[in-house]
Amino acid sequence: MHDPELSRREAIRRGLLGATGLLLAENIMVHAQSPTTGLATRPATTVPVLPTSRPAAAPATRPALAKGKARSVIQIWLWGGPCHIDTFDPKPDAGNDYCGPFTSPQNTSIDGIRIGQLLPLLAQQADKYSIIRSMTHGNNGHETAAYYVQTGRPAGERLVYPSVGAVVSLFKGYDAGFKGLIPPYIVLTQPQGRFSESGFLGPRHKPFATGGDPSAAKFTVEGIIGQGMTRQRQEDRRRLLSELNTLERAVGDDPQLANLAETEKRAYDLILGDEGKVFDLTEESDGMRNVYGRNTFGQSCLLARRLVERGFPYITINYGGWDTHKGHFNAMRQKLPAMDRGMAALLQDLSDRGLLDSTIVWWSGEFGRTPRINWQPPWDGGRDHFGRCFSAVLAGGGFRGGYVVGESDARGEHVRNRPVYPADLIGSIYEMLGIDPNGTLPNPNGAPARITPGPDDKIPLGGRLTELM
Amino acid sequence: MPRASPALSWLLLFCSTLVAAPATLPSPSPFEQPLHVAPAGAIDRAVQDQLKQLGIQPSGCCSDGVFVRRVFLDLIGTLPTAREVRSFLESKDPQKRRLLIDQLLERPEFADYWSMKWADLLRVKAEFPINLWPNAVQAYHKWIWQCVSDNLPYDQLARKLLTSSGSNFRVPPVNFYRAVQAKDPPSLAQAVGLTLMGQRTWSKEQLEGMAGFFCRIGYKSTLEWKEEIVFFDFTKPLPTAAIFPDGTPAKLTDDQDPRVVFADWLITPTNPWFTRNIANRAWSWLVGRGVIHEPDDIRPDNPPSNPQLLAVLERLLIENKYDLKQFFRLVLNSQTYQLSSVPHSKHKLAPAHFAFYPVRRMEAEVLIDALCQITGTSERYTSPIPEPFTFIPEEQRTIALADASISSSFLELFGRSPRDTGLELERNSRFSPSQRLHLLNSTHIQRKLTQGKKLQAVLDTKGGRRAVVTELYLTILSRWPTDNELAAIENHAETTEIRGREALIDVAWALINSAEFLYRH
Repeated sequence: MHDPELSRREAIRRGLLGATGLLLAENIMVHAQSPTTGLATRPATTVPVLPTSRPAAAPATRPALAKGKARSVIQIWLWGGPCHIDTFDPKPDAGNDYCGPFTSPQNTSIDGIRIGQLLPLLAQQADKYSIIRSMTHGNNGHETAAYYVQTGRPAGERLVYPSVGAVVSLFKGYDAGFKGLIPPYIVLTQPQGRFSESGFLGPRHKPFATGGDPSAAKFTVEGIIGQGMTRQRQEDRRRLLSELNTLERAVGDDPQLANLAETEKRAYDLILGDEGKVFDLTEESDGMRNVYGRNTFGQSCLLARRLVERGFPYITINYGGWDTHKGHFNAMRQKLPAMDRGMAALLQDLSDRGLLDSTIVWWSGEFGRTPRINWQPPWDGGRDHFGRCFSAVLAGGGFRGGYVVGESDARGEHVRNRPVYPADLIGSIYEMLGIDPNGTLPNPNGAPARITPGPDDKIPLGGRLTELM
Repeated sequence: MPRASPALSWLLLFCSTLVAAPATLPSPSPFEQPLHVAPAGAIDRAVQDQLKQLGIQPSGCCSDGVFVRRVFLDLIGTLPTAREVRSFLESKDPQKRRLLIDQLLERPEFADYWSMKWADLLRVKAEFPINLWPNAVQAYHKWIWQCVSDNLPYDQLARKLLTSSGSNFRVPPVNFYRAVQAKDPPSLAQAVGLTLMGQRTWSKEQLEGMAGFFCRIGYKSTLEWKEEIVFFDFTKPLPTAAIFPDGTPAKLTDDQDPRVVFADWLITPTNPWFTRNIANRAWSWLVGRGVIHEPDDIRPDNPPSNPQLLAVLERLLIENKYDLKQFFRLVLNSQTYQLSSVPHSKHKLAPAHFAFYPVRRMEAEVLIDALCQITGTSERYTSPIPEPFTFIPEEQRTIALADASISSSFLELFGRSPRDTGLELERNSRFSPSQRLHLLNSTHIQRKLTQGKKLQAVLDTKGGRRAVVTELYLTILSRWPTDNELAAIENHAETTEIRGREALIDVAWALINSAEFLYRH
């Protein structure tokens, strides 16, 4: 950060300016109180948004892993990069070259917080989530930025680190008593592909990708719920397979073949047992399904809620289509209403079921999009990749709702204060899950591999999101 | 293990080829047959001496059915067709195994399959975390393929990788120095040490000393997209010290490319790492396990299980001037390679001393190619970079894909190498429940079984159910069915709720889900 303004604020944040710093901070506070519901649910009537107003909290003095209230994470991953200006950081005064047709942002249930005009339902839920408007990493490549946001590290180190989901699978999965046959880390519905989610933790911590479409009449889950296969035929096939095991009988005990037999038993427990019913959305009422929206994203949100109810620790909704270099605004008119409906329904439903306190909902893409609109053909109103400044949203799991962290400049082009780097955000998620972000990961090279980067890694950090914790 | 006498089995074989009806099993086990492979000299002596000393009983010789399948998969990463299996099984040429090895060494799939292996170790990938970019990946892969196809001696290959200079498009081996996650001298030294010396970790002193040889490499881009020149950059200062990993300091002069000095030291028969690394690796590729295990984990406290064997392998490579095809030929013709995978000893050291051929799951690429070959279906691969996407022709086989950035959810699920670090263990061929689910019950596999044209043709084989089942066995398991298997299938077809063709699809389904299909054995 070379911006003198930022350096000053950074100094404030660290409490170096003492009382003067606090005074300054008061001036840039956002009043963030809900007139209707805030008083009952939030600890203080007026809580400053910026960390500057808090006494320099020293995380080291807090007992380690004291937070761990959260049990699950739903990661809403907007592959391609959603535009911060059109979603959670509107800039209606920046002019036509920046906000295009979206000039009337939506007031929310929290005074002083406005969000994009196509998100009216999320506006009503604003007390449940907090918006980080100062996400930054400066990387503009899909893969490298996706890696950065989900591992907390820039690409190009000697090790390929695991994503948050794989780390959660390691610490909350089978080794931590998770008993399910379906793996603890689920992706709805397609894997991220080019980004290897499990990194050096290996295939054991890869996500299970369901495939199929949860909004289809019959949601086929790759491997678990097949098409046109009766239970009787499954059982007949299994018997035939067991009778044609000539090699197993000849070889006898062999660790490889024993492993195959074990995986086969687990597979059949899943195919023939009840656990796969978690994917059966027909168990939900039509009314409930409609609230979430009868589209792939909406039904994925509903499915994520069902998975959380059954104790799955990490669910990624891999929600693509945000890479809108061309015809951005038409795409937003298509996509944002579905996102608004699905995500708002998810927050409300989790809250109604008492699950929001133990479930972190994390909304983010790999970066934002260029605030300045590209009007020329062939782009015709497009936005490109933008890693310097973008937004993320956090809800539930112990994170406070109803706040804004950080601020971008008048055009959403730079972080104005409180930069939040990917490692700050995911380190905070780990803390809320009771995973020590300063712990280490087992890795094949034997070199120490910290869960989140430390001071020796020379990766820029802005500090964990203590203001929300 | 009960075995038929040679005379009896010969008689059975004779009878089975005489009768017109599908042949039944010539011996009680479809996996072994009386030994007819003579010990092939030094390799077998080294293995057998040690087995005798340890009191470990080696397995019997693998059957012809096992052999034909094994050598196809090990040498060309391709399942034999029913016709190839039938002609091999029916041949009475006593030299037929040796002849088959010779034929396979000259097939184009040999170059496809071994380029895939080399590309794993050399990290051939367009994007993330290795960023060769698509054009260079194609150039590099094509060059590797040509080297394998021309059987360029390994020492010359290593020299080209270490010392080339030029454009990454026009002088493809320079990509060796680009296919790394970091290009600082210690990282380059690490990559050289792993790839060409088979050692994963080095002491700080060793690594710093070795880094001296790689600190005058320059990289510069050109006006062409993602073209990069790798060159000897004499404007960079001479290193303060360049020390060979054995502790000998090197004398570098200012006009000398330090990489050449390093290559001259490394690439000699007397170098303690160079021959040992490739001999041990190449052995492990064929036999499933290195004499030093893991094959790229050479270090003083990880000794070879059989030092005499490793010495023999090194000597064979040197005598044959690093001709890898000839080395493969010697190993494949050995009795040791042709042991069955049915252990005859429960001794816990039996695997480390090569008392049997270990079962190994097929690699992801080989498995999907085999499934496509059996059913007559294809996979669709696309390269997402650069946009617009490139679509790979449907007839292209998976083992021939150049780029690890071109993938599919099947390949990811089945542990294809991500080519991030070049470690052999990056390729994961251990079964997981998700893989099992996919093979047992996914629409992907189900669709291949019900819609694949080739499989449909097999199911249409004339001569009744028995003929169809025999053809299925030859196609999928590369052998004749046994009487017990035929009876089990009869029983299934008569009792299951479905009839006719569907019941036969169940048989095909069961065979592709059997351990015998999924594992090399």
